[in-house]
Amino acid sequence: MASILKRGPRAGEGPVGGARSPGERTVEIVAFAVLVFVALLMFVPFAFSVATSFKTSPEAAQLSLGNMFWPREPTLAAYETAFDSNITRWFFNSILVALIWIAGRAIMDTMAGYAFAKIEFPGRKFLFLLILGTMMVPGIVTVIPKFILLRDLNLLDSYGALTVPFLADAFGIFLMKQFFESIPRDLEEAARMDGASRYQIFRQIVLPNAIPAITALTIFSFQGSWNAFLEPVIFISGGSTDLYTLPVGLANFRAQFNTNWPVLMAIAVITTIPMAIFFVIFQRYFIASNVASGIKG
Amino acid sequence: MAGFPSRKARGPAEAEDALAGWVFIAPALIVLSVFIFWPIAQVFWVSLHEWSVIEPERPWRGLANYRELFQDPDFEIALRNTIWFSLGVVPVQTFLGVLLAVLANRAIPGKAFFRTAFYFPSISSSVVISVIFIWLYQQNGLINYVLRAIGFGTPQPPWLSNPKGVFQMLLESLGVDNVTPWLAGPSVALLSIMMMNIWTTMGSLMVIFLAGLQGISGDVYEAASLDGANKRQQFFQITIPLLRPVIFFVLTLGFIGTFQVFDQIFVMTPGGSPAKTTLTLGYLVYEEGFRGFAMGTASAIAVVLFGIILSIYLVQRRFIKESGVE
Repeated sequence: MASILKRGPRAGEGPVGGARSPGERTVEIVAFAVLVFVALLMFVPFAFSVATSFKTSPEAAQLSLGNMFWPREPTLAAYETAFDSNITRWFFNSILVALIWIAGRAIMDTMAGYAFAKIEFPGRKFLFLLILGTMMVPGIVTVIPKFILLRDLNLLDSYGALTVPFLADAFGIFLMKQFFESIPRDLEEAARMDGASRYQIFRQIVLPNAIPAITALTIFSFQGSWNAFLEPVIFISGGSTDLYTLPVGLANFRAQFNTNWPVLMAIAVITTIPMAIFFVIFQRYFIASNVASGIKG
Repeated sequence: MAGFPSRKARGPAEAEDALAGWVFIAPALIVLSVFIFWPIAQVFWVSLHEWSVIEPERPWRGLANYRELFQDPDFEIALRNTIWFSLGVVPVQTFLGVLLAVLANRAIPGKAFFRTAFYFPSISSSVVISVIFIWLYQQNGLINYVLRAIGFGTPQPPWLSNPKGVFQMLLESLGVDNVTPWLAGPSVALLSIMMMNIWTTMGSLMVIFLAGLQGISGDVYEAASLDGANKRQQFFQITIPLLRPVIFFVLTLGFIGTFQVFDQIFVMTPGGSPAKTTLTLGYLVYEEGFRGFAMGTASAIAVVLFGIILSIYLVQRRFIKESGVE
């Protein structure tokens, strides 16, 4: 994974360098054309969702020949409707939930990752394998017992249900362990010789050096919480819409007003913008996360 | 801990470490124990009971939930749809990912732009993407519009409400009637969700494969071309074999991911409509558990799903071992 974080020196080079024949030149042009086409294919749905959010409802329902993209009379009406509903609250909830996931994982995953990498304690190997094993278990498999448990703990339909089960995660622990294993022991050993305890070493030496890894962890936590749907929609659907996060709110809005396209697209745009900003800033980490953790379902 | 000869026996420090280790992992371990380990054990236990959230009584049923499951037509439908979904999406997205990576693995202008464009769908909310695609797939949506513009027909009824099997349509056009449900193939509605999934994932797969391709040293190709291997031979005899571990990894994660598909069904075709042709195992867990309040049955489905995913994982590991790549 570290090798992906650092962009390879050969990135951008073909397998064989040197002079190109006219045939190879054609291949390059075709390859480039295909990539442009596919990039457009990726881009067009998002572009239309933005354009539609500025249209009136009748215009959005009927694409007109020759003028399918640009709004005829651009209007903010859809955004006004969206803000009249509970969306400000959903936005706030999504941010709050993300911050709690991020804080929980930054603390708990970092501590656990450090211990698994650097401290010899009884049961270490077994526990780590146990935690690693759970990465294979999909959320849908455990959602029913989790629901029963949250109900027994009286946490359903509360911020607790949206946050407490996610304060630590196996992938984050794995990521932090990998990171701590890559930093040398010398610093710590020197501090130990001077009589510092594990806790002092962790606070004063390890943490300040772990900022890049904690940044990566923060990004994965943000992505996970911002897009979470299965658990939130089940754990808070019995309560008031005041507890909805953005994806739950959008799904619910779709179920109720299923063809008010400008408003649906406005909510979709509002949901996507924070992630888009985050993505542009931290692109490299996102890509490393994907390469390391695989694909979403 | 006698197993660490590199460290001198330092009694107090080791005792401190034993304690410190547990103190450091305690918070994460508590969360994972309560919300991961316990639920994994509990799902088996619940699946052996008649378990309703409303009723305080939870009678023991043994394996009856499982037996009934295998006689339940909805379970068969969901299993069939899930298999179609997975078999349709995973090979195609993997193939397209490799193809795009090979195309992009050269000096092209605007590489950063391509990476962003390809990658963006995979970090977007599945609900957002589903809503956008509902709009694209409607009767008067963009997809039908483009199809008409280039002279193709459009499915009737429109994409997400069309329950016809795609193989069924093909066979009927050849004059074969009375197609069995398994032969009918995925419905047009399910196919629509499958295409959306491929659209979402292929770009991020490209990025994974590109990382794999760039790990292959240029020397290998140079040596091969000195030995007279042409581009085609190089591709099939060097590139693909060296990518094999990444391909296995992507296939496994693809199967695991597609077997639990839920969000898209929930948003796009609630209830597995039309005619249950988009009902998947993941969605059936939700419907039995949270609509029908049959937590025992839902847990049994979840356990079966877990079993399938675990088998895929184990088969994959076996393949990797046998083909000798690591």
